[in-house]
Amino acid sequence: MKRRWNVPIWVGFAIVLFALASYIPLFALFPATRDVPWANYLLFVFGGALLAVGVRRAFHDPERFRGKISGSILAGLSALMCAFFVVTVVYFGKQIPSGESALRLGQPAPPFALQDAIGKQISSSDLLKSHRALVLVFYRGYW
Amino acid sequence: MDSPAESQKLCQSRGYSFPFLSDPKADVIRQYGVLHPKGGEDGKDIARPAEFLVDAKGTIRWVNLTDDIRVRARPEAVLDAIGRLDAR
Repeated sequence: MKRRWNVPIWVGFAIVLFALASYIPLFALFPATRDVPWANYLLFVFGGALLAVGVRRAFHDPERFRGKISGSILAGLSALMCAFFVVTVVYFGKQIPSGESALRLGQPAPPFALQDAIGKQISSSDLLKSHRALVLVFYRGYW
Repeated sequence: MDSPAESQKLCQSRGYSFPFLSDPKADVIRQYGVLHPKGGEDGKDIARPAEFLVDAKGTIRWVNLTDDIRVRARPEAVLDAIGRLDAR
């Protein structure tokens, strides 16, 4: 009897790939799925479950299903991708200096003058002459 | 630290109309105490993510310092802080 393709292994692996690759271009765009990446975690769990089903039947029923080797390799790769995602989220994302040195509530905000994106000098005191308040957003770079 | 040219590309692509400033020597970043030494590409000094609200007298009236680079102040939180500014 010809052995069948073990579809859950491949679908599960595709879902795990999507779980890893989709965060930045898709789920990070929405605060509800960015701050806690639950959608990606859910995809990892779903893809992992499908892989587990596929690998299990490849070993339990090798007469009917393929995938002992491919399933093991893809399951291992999936575990690595999931680990990479989790470590990036819970560890690397938090490697920033504590805010202890930052200016605090009630302190005077140092006035400043910096160039804007077209090279024009912008000063905080000028801005405050024509606005009620300033929101200063410090960010890390092009993203 | 992004160059003004890099910032201009970002502003145009996203349609930002607020002043978008470059602090290439990280002077202002240091003054506000939000330096992330060697945090950028090639070990460059950059800013940690931080948001401040400064009132017309130049006093800091609201501060948000995240502990996670992915989690920033949401627009509602900033608007809320501005609303409380007016209330006083």
